[in-house]
Amino acid sequence: MSHVRHLYVHLPFCAYRCGYCDFVTLVGRRGDHGSYAAAVLSELELERPLLTTELETIFVGGGTPTYLERDALTGLLAALPPASELTIEANPETVTRELADGLRRAGVTRVSLGAQSFQPHLLEVLDRHATPDIVRRAFYHLRDASFDNISLDLIYGIPGQSTADLERDLEAAVALQPEHLSLYELEAKPGTRFTHAHGEELGRQAEAMEDYLERVVDVLRSAGYRWYETANFCLEASRAGGRDLRSLHNLAYWRGRDYLGLGIGAVSTVSDRRWQNAPRLRPYLEALAERRRPPREVEPLPPEVRLRERAMLGLRLDQPLLLASVDGALDGQALRRLERLALVERHGEDGGATIELTERGRFVGDAVAAELIA
Amino acid sequence: MPQERIRNFSIIAHIDHGKSTLADRILELTDTVSGRDMREQVLDSMELERERGITIKAQAVRVEWKGHQLNLIDTPGHVDFTYEVSRSLQACEGAVLVVDAAQGVEAQTVANAYLAIENDLDLLPVLNKIDLPQANPDAVAAEVAELIGDDAANVLRISAKTGEGVADVLDAIIERFPAPAGQSEAPARALVFDSAYDQYRGVVAFVRVVDGIFRPRERLRAMAQGTRFEAEELGFFAPTMTPTGMLEAGEVGYVVTGLKDVSRLRVGDTLTVEARPAEAPLPGYKEVKPMVFAGLFPTDSDDYPDLRDALDRLKLNDAALVYEPETSQALGFGFRCGFLGLLHMEIVRERLEREFDLDLLVTAPNVAYVVVSKAGEEVEVHSPSDMPNEIERVDEPYIKASVIVPKQWVGAVMELCNERRGRFDHMEYLSEERVVLIYELPLAEIVLDFYDQLKSRTRGYASFDYDLAGYREGDLVRVDVLIGGESVDALSLVIHRDSAYARGRALVDRLREEIPRQFFDVPIQAAIGSRIIARETVKAKRKDVLAKCYGGDITRKRKLLEKQKAGKKRMKQVGAVEVPQEAFLAVLNLDEAKR
Repeated sequence: MSHVRHLYVHLPFCAYRCGYCDFVTLVGRRGDHGSYAAAVLSELELERPLLTTELETIFVGGGTPTYLERDALTGLLAALPPASELTIEANPETVTRELADGLRRAGVTRVSLGAQSFQPHLLEVLDRHATPDIVRRAFYHLRDASFDNISLDLIYGIPGQSTADLERDLEAAVALQPEHLSLYELEAKPGTRFTHAHGEELGRQAEAMEDYLERVVDVLRSAGYRWYETANFCLEASRAGGRDLRSLHNLAYWRGRDYLGLGIGAVSTVSDRRWQNAPRLRPYLEALAERRRPPREVEPLPPEVRLRERAMLGLRLDQPLLLASVDGALDGQALRRLERLALVERHGEDGGATIELTERGRFVGDAVAAELIA
Repeated sequence: MPQERIRNFSIIAHIDHGKSTLADRILELTDTVSGRDMREQVLDSMELERERGITIKAQAVRVEWKGHQLNLIDTPGHVDFTYEVSRSLQACEGAVLVVDAAQGVEAQTVANAYLAIENDLDLLPVLNKIDLPQANPDAVAAEVAELIGDDAANVLRISAKTGEGVADVLDAIIERFPAPAGQSEAPARALVFDSAYDQYRGVVAFVRVVDGIFRPRERLRAMAQGTRFEAEELGFFAPTMTPTGMLEAGEVGYVVTGLKDVSRLRVGDTLTVEARPAEAPLPGYKEVKPMVFAGLFPTDSDDYPDLRDALDRLKLNDAALVYEPETSQALGFGFRCGFLGLLHMEIVRERLEREFDLDLLVTAPNVAYVVVSKAGEEVEVHSPSDMPNEIERVDEPYIKASVIVPKQWVGAVMELCNERRGRFDHMEYLSEERVVLIYELPLAEIVLDFYDQLKSRTRGYASFDYDLAGYREGDLVRVDVLIGGESVDALSLVIHRDSAYARGRALVDRLREEIPRQFFDVPIQAAIGSRIIARETVKAKRKDVLAKCYGGDITRKRKLLEKQKAGKKRMKQVGAVEVPQEAFLAVLNLDEAKR
């Protein structure tokens, strides 16, 4: 039973809410931070039988984890089980030298910094309070605290963004020499105020998106980054002293591994079930105060669905997918058609046969995956 | 009833000039049926009587007036049913010609009046709606008199709405219309002027007895078609079905035949008694041929059997409807249906959708072409995709159209007719204000949106009627549409050479908008034979990925892909290209085509 090696911890609190964000977040509520951290640890205790004693990865995401009241955060990090990779997300304006040192002392190995953009006008559109200078300063604080694995998040397709803006963002990011970069398309959810406010411009950005992705891949590759997953880049091992700088935690998702998620809105996938904790704070705190599991929504995952997911996720990576590992999940006819269209390549024979998306295939990976999954 | 006390008549009018209202008033005045009851019993009988197991509507109602038996025979209301109208008129000796005292003579007024005159009917001209403030009875009476060659003083003036003058109409029917003049002793002959299908009793024929006597349980024969059956019941509508012991010369009534299919008893045929048959049928029978064809496809292919059943049921009641299964690459299984005309098509479509609750796609209609091959063979083609490539000549049906319009719109009408390859025949002034324009036009040019255009370019003032005028050679070409180099059968169309380029261009443009980007470039072409006349390309897609996918996104993302996959399965495959059904709908759909 104790086999889960990957843990996600959701810390939903933020100082303010950004217009485009659709994560489970709560603004302020500093009074609740302590009890929330305690509740997360209670949930951890309840689920601990699922976990191996030594974890491979822990990812603390949000919200703004670094907005958590200091003692609560320190206490929480200290109480987490040991793991080889411990990543925390940070908002630039929360990162002080002191915080960076604190994280380092708490055993954090990797920080994912939500830069989003280096253009003031675009940061403003996104409702971000950080300026480009604050983003840079946060990065330096982390470096000064001797973090050697820092990731930057950038968003593209922002209303008002031009190709030149995007190139400037990439340039600014590369100049900081982060070990890792995540490049996200702005996903404007229909019906939100943000989408309403920027409707027409979002349409224009959607059209520009295919140029943007090509630009992103070009620029980052020539700067020495490996496009190892649809939206993720890491410094080539050859430029990093042989280190594999991929996000090991996220790799676990893309390899179809089991993971446990703690906190409101967090999703867990274990064997034939996936569950998501209800996104509301009060019921979560109440349940865990009584050592009960919080309210959850459970989705059964029959083996064929997990195989399909493994295929869908595995195809996002720049590595071959063992056909035998997704046996029965693929449409053989579609596979042959996609091979003929030079979107998928098949290597090897029989049990060792693998498939891999071609360069062009990766740019249309979702369409390829939709076609492939039986 | 002795024939001299019988009068058989129709009411003919342009739409909305008050035919039904006058009929209502006549029933009220003669039959003591209250307005409300009558409305339920007669006009809405299709709905109401269904509950009682009778699904047919009275096509002839018998009323009593001053010791006379008057039979009011209903006529179908539109140009598409000219033949049916003429059979109904043939059952009468006279026709009440109703003209709106405000609107004046309209195209249908003229067409119906001429039809009545052709059938040797006496006309009783009546101005209706004289109570309207904008009524102009003197001018309209002059128009009507001019039209039928009568004296304006003989034109009655009534208001069917208030009932004013309606009794005079009844009196005039008795005074001015002749009594039937059949031979009571001769072998029995009756004209079938309409028929209907009842699910319990089979085909009910509406007949006008011309000679002799019919009695229940006699063996009867339809002389043109040779169909034999027993008269299960005879009767008349008063206004409900009233059985009777006999129908004799001059009378109008119904015969319950027990036949299971209206196509076995065609309108215009002559019934006679097998035991003592007449020597010759009544004149005028002809088989009506559909001239307008369109594909009918269920929007949901699972509904195909329902559509088939519905057409089978409609056919029971509509002898003019023809259909055969059609398989389209784009639209799947459906039927190619033939109609008498556009209105007939609309009626069928509406009934299928309303009475049978079907969701239908009706393709843009085409006409029946006669194609002469290089080998000299002549074939009738009902679908553009059946048009052979090697042809010597194509003939297309023409109509003689009459358009009546206030004189300030003459230019607009002429412009429209010219755009539609019309040939001007002549023009007449009906009055100082109104003109009738006679044009010859290819039927193909009016099947799509001619009527809508006519109405919109004349602010609704023009009225329009037409008659078929035979086949003429046309400079017609077949335009094929190729997607990814493959010709799509359902998209082929036959069109005049001068319009081919514009139409091909429009088709290609529309398809380019509708066909989603694929993994490769997709050329879309319109071609006449091997010559490409328009081309567009749907460029290959360069990006199709959702950026973010972590632990919390997996279910949503998987469902999205599954949905996408399901969507792909619903796409139609044209060669290697996946084309959504909607793309075909956009270019094939009648409603879309009209835009």
